[in-house]
Amino acid sequence: MAATTNTPSRAVERIKDEAAFTAGLRNRHLQGNIWKYFFQAAIVIGIIALLTLMFNVVNRIVGLVAVREIVDPATLADGRDLATLSAEELARIYSDYRLSGANTDGGRVFLRDNVIGRDTFQANPQAPMSQLLPNANLPPEVGALTFSELQPADTQVVLAAAAGQATLLDAVITEIVGREVLEAWTFTESTFNRAAIEERLASNEDWADARLEWRSWLNPQFLTTRMTTIAADSGVRAALLGSLVTIALTVLIAFPLGVGTAIYLEEYSTGNSWFENFIETNIRNLAGVPSIIYGLLGLAIFVRALESITQGRTIISAALTMALLILPVIIINAQEALRAVPPSIREASFGLGATRWQTVWNQVLPAAMPGILTGTILGMSRAIGETAPLIIVGAATFIATDPGLTSRFTVLPIQIYTWTKDPRQGFSEIAAATIVLLLIVLLLFNATAIILRQRFRRKLSG
Amino acid sequence: MATNGANAIELKNVKVFYSDKLAVDNVSIPILKNKITAFIGPSGCGKSTVLRSINRMNDLIPGARVEGEINYHGKNLYAPNVDPVEVRRRIGMVFQKPNPFPKSIYDNVAYGPRLLGVTDKRTLDEIVERSIKGSFLWDEVKTDLKKSGLALSGGQQQRLCIARTIAIEPDVILMDEPCSALDPIATQAIEELMKELVKSYTIVIVTHNMQQAQRVSDFTAFYSIRKAEESGGVERRWGVLGEYAPTDQLFSNPKSEETERYIRGEFG
Repeated sequence: MAATTNTPSRAVERIKDEAAFTAGLRNRHLQGNIWKYFFQAAIVIGIIALLTLMFNVVNRIVGLVAVREIVDPATLADGRDLATLSAEELARIYSDYRLSGANTDGGRVFLRDNVIGRDTFQANPQAPMSQLLPNANLPPEVGALTFSELQPADTQVVLAAAAGQATLLDAVITEIVGREVLEAWTFTESTFNRAAIEERLASNEDWADARLEWRSWLNPQFLTTRMTTIAADSGVRAALLGSLVTIALTVLIAFPLGVGTAIYLEEYSTGNSWFENFIETNIRNLAGVPSIIYGLLGLAIFVRALESITQGRTIISAALTMALLILPVIIINAQEALRAVPPSIREASFGLGATRWQTVWNQVLPAAMPGILTGTILGMSRAIGETAPLIIVGAATFIATDPGLTSRFTVLPIQIYTWTKDPRQGFSEIAAATIVLLLIVLLLFNATAIILRQRFRRKLSG
Repeated sequence: MATNGANAIELKNVKVFYSDKLAVDNVSIPILKNKITAFIGPSGCGKSTVLRSINRMNDLIPGARVEGEINYHGKNLYAPNVDPVEVRRRIGMVFQKPNPFPKSIYDNVAYGPRLLGVTDKRTLDEIVERSIKGSFLWDEVKTDLKKSGLALSGGQQQRLCIARTIAIEPDVILMDEPCSALDPIATQAIEELMKELVKSYTIVIVTHNMQQAQRVSDFTAFYSIRKAEESGGVERRWGVLGEYAPTDQLFSNPKSEETERYIRGEFG
């Protein structure tokens, strides 16, 4: 009995001990501060890492280049500026060049692949020109010829009529003039070490006809031109279009499927049966499966088994594979969003005699929409940067034509991967430019999503 | 008051189970037409459970089950061919916490009619105006029907919820502690509104506040708790109907000692 009355009183004394409290308080604050500094340091390290990465990439997209023109453009048209030439003149220059030397097709390959389009041509190789190029204003005698009947002179006429001055000028500059980038320097090198660069240029005898110029690798032309084998002339048009079309298709497939699944699991299923638990567990596990596995799945199912529908290694196959990849992300986020809708809203709706579907459609979905969109954006951001599954599904690394739904395709990350591997001058620069482009596209997607989300939120809070 | 004395709803031996555990045992009471019936009793006595089984809101809780009969116009609401959606359209509900939709005041009130397929703007306008006037809210919001329902004060929100309920012209309005989240002035406004509404509707109200039951209700059902020791020392509790009588009689001259002790505030 004595012990039990004694012990609490000592405990109470300890609690009331002012000196111990003061000492302890200092200690407690110190502990808290140490953690706070640790958290701040984590943020600072993260930001430094990110800035270093960004600097490293951006540093490469603007800088000095040493360029040399393989053929002096002045010699091609008696000293006239190429840009002022007509389509007929350019077609003649191009065709003549293509008849000399190793290439003796007279521009037929260019006509077939870049003007008619390979797919259009292969669909109907025996058709006359007027049918293959219905929009071109061809003279009737040339228009009646099939592709195999074209003589060099006819090819010139067709090119001049169908390709347009800009396309021909581009072809002449890239294929005949052929500006060659001898070396490229980063922005910091170009700015702070210009003397060394100039000295290097002067000391190298092979580079006597080269000149230095500033170049931004990420320029409008880079976005709109097709791929070539020369870095400085190459563009990402095919990859950019490929990425946009793939992502659009992916979201079109994955959004309704994912949100539908989430609505079923959250609003309709009772969550009690083993089957529903099994599905839920599996969705969570699928979110963590390495993307390359999805690539193998896509190859087996969409490219091989469903070839009759997807036409093999096409954007459709890629989008279906990507949709599978981001489905779990969309489902899980949509489920969280639906779960976060207060039950009182559902009760109010049911209490007014709404059916389950009316409740879901009119109340639950709008309230969950901001969260669902966030999840979709997360999925999209993942899909746009994915490379591995697309390599397996069969993205091509060199595509000169714009992608169609059932044509071979490439996307931005694949292009970055291919160009980064290329040891020739200029390719690491266009890879850097493509990385920045990819980041910009990603940023635009995210910005759109944030705006959409804010609009939904504002609508909800009135 | 021609229908005075007629039953709007009749509960017969109603038992409610949650996952096979008895929650409320054997409740049999009438709900009189155009009268306010109050359910009172200590926490956990099942008064809200009974209320929610009247418009089949309990169906939404997985594992909930009702035995016995709840007759409405001579038809058991739990008969197999009864659609709960229709039940809730006839027997509306106002909840404990005001729960307006995150939409405009207009859309909140127009929601019920729209569910029923009303799309004509003129008709909707008329319904909205009449319903908001009917819940004594019109003068406060008439200039700003586009404002979000969530921007109103708690008492206004609850009156908006009542407007929303009467917009679909139900027969019966169930109110589950409608004033428990409100201050005394807002509570008084709702009580006055109830006295007005009962002229056209039948009202059942669950309340923790005995003075409120005394002030507004015509009939009162007192629920109490029964306990039993199960094997292993686990205590099982369920609610039963303690007493049902006209309110004056129940408060002035309670039949059972338990009712009297509850009314005196000896337990709660």
